[in-house]
Amino acid sequence: MKTDVILIGGSAGAFNVILSILNNLDKSINTPIVIVLHRLKNSVSSFEAILQRHSHYQIKEIEDKEALKKGFIYTAPADYHVLLEKNLTFSLDVSELVNFSRPSIDVAFESFSTLLEEKCCGILLSGSNQDGANGLKTIAENNGKTFIQDCSEAEFDIMPKAAKNICNKHIELNTTTLIKVLNNEYHHKT
Amino acid sequence: MITLNELDELLFTIKKQFDYDFCDYSKASMLRRINRFMDINNMKNAVDLKFELINNPAIFQNFINEIVVNVSEFFRDPSFFKSLQEKVFPYLNSYPKINIWSAGCSFGEETYSLNILLKENNLFSKTRIYATDISANAIERARKGIYDNNNFKDYTRNYYDCGGKEALNNYFVSDDRHSMIQSELKQNVLFSNHNLVADSVFKECQLILCRNVLIYFNNELQNKALELFYESLPVHGFLAIGKKESLRFSSIYDHFKEIDREEKIYQKIR
Ligand SMILES: C[S@@+](CC[C@H](N)C(=O)[O-])C[C@H]1O[C@@H](n2cnc3c(N)ncnc32)[C@H](O)[C@@H]1O
Repeated sequence: MKTDVILIGGSAGAFNVILSILNNLDKSINTPIVIVLHRLKNSVSSFEAILQRHSHYQIKEIEDKEALKKGFIYTAPADYHVLLEKNLTFSLDVSELVNFSRPSIDVAFESFSTLLEEKCCGILLSGSNQDGANGLKTIAENNGKTFIQDCSEAEFDIMPKAAKNICNKHIELNTTTLIKVLNNEYHHKT
Repeated sequence: MITLNELDELLFTIKKQFDYDFCDYSKASMLRRINRFMDINNMKNAVDLKFELINNPAIFQNFINEIVVNVSEFFRDPSFFKSLQEKVFPYLNSYPKINIWSAGCSFGEETYSLNILLKENNLFSKTRIYATDISANAIERARKGIYDNNNFKDYTRNYYDCGGKEALNNYFVSDDRHSMIQSELKQNVLFSNHNLVADSVFKECQLILCRNVLIYFNNELQNKALELFYESLPVHGFLAIGKKESLRFSSIYDHFKEIDREEKIYQKIR
């Protein structure tokens, strides 16, 4: 049983882009979204609370073995990798850092893409390391849609540039266009 | 590389051949670990891997050691250790003798962290810690208690964040690269091999720590392990699981009350 999922990865400079995406998504869209954002470990942050103020979705930090549901935006908890199981539940993992990161965007993207194939869409935003590039490539290879934030718009372009270099099926867009594309792509998939 | 479809068959073979049951582990994580193992050992496909495991018994123990995730640190989640001292230690103090089970102890970081805090809270002398893990390698390293100095900056920050009262390095003997936990802090700890999937209860314990182990199990297996903990606890005993793990999906949920919801500390009430 496969389902549509939108994955968003980012690091430095991605937070405000995420807010504007959430603010501007059509209220009719309820495709599950998973956000993997690099964050400081042990930081008590109000990240989820802030997102909630900007979205018609319900925001939820991922708990182990929780089921993926429509109408929810899931955030990767600090210090855990996020994986998807065949029965569409999340598994958390504290194995080694990947690209100096846990959660790693590559790890999440690869796990979701392997299971969901063309139903898994990956979006990679601003960031100052190369995490996410390989994951986005995997999504493209499995025929999922891949979007990269316009490198000239991104506050930090190392992450989107790295992805551009290795993932050749990507579409590079500024935030405004990305929102339009998402609204077009997903409004009928509720 | 193996695929999810090949994984089930491989785990079944391992169960038949070696009597180690990983069939109810989280498949997503298992797949990553096994592919990592194959990568390190230059194995190309499932046939290679099976051939090596079956014909080269020495590699099997190595395989077990590698597919489990031993990543840990001293005072992981300082807020948890802080809460443990504030909400559980005073209660433990009322027992004349305390048994603690640190399940999935990895290289001993969690166990020794706990022991340091027991010492600072004057509970050390009446406590015995049973620290167990499925990995023989982990147990051996935990017994040695030697850690890389590079990580001590983080450990020290964690230690102070959870309310540590001394200098962390007072508890270690160090050279320029490694630090070994003081022998006194090893004396009340019994490290042993124990498989939460196959082995049974061995001791009544007033506090059980099993953190970041259940994430590697599917729901059924989590449930099985939690039932084991339930059996090992007296009424009013405490159970602590990982910060993002949950009792909610388990059959023992109703038998516990929340002591700290955020830090996932529970008390058995019936
Ligand atoms: C990520 S470590 C957790 C270490 C520590 N508790 C912490 O939270 O930092 C997980 C540990 O669980 C152990 N483990 C995995 N499966 C097990 C089983 N069936 N029985 C006992 N231990 C197991 C692994 O060997 C590993 O050392």
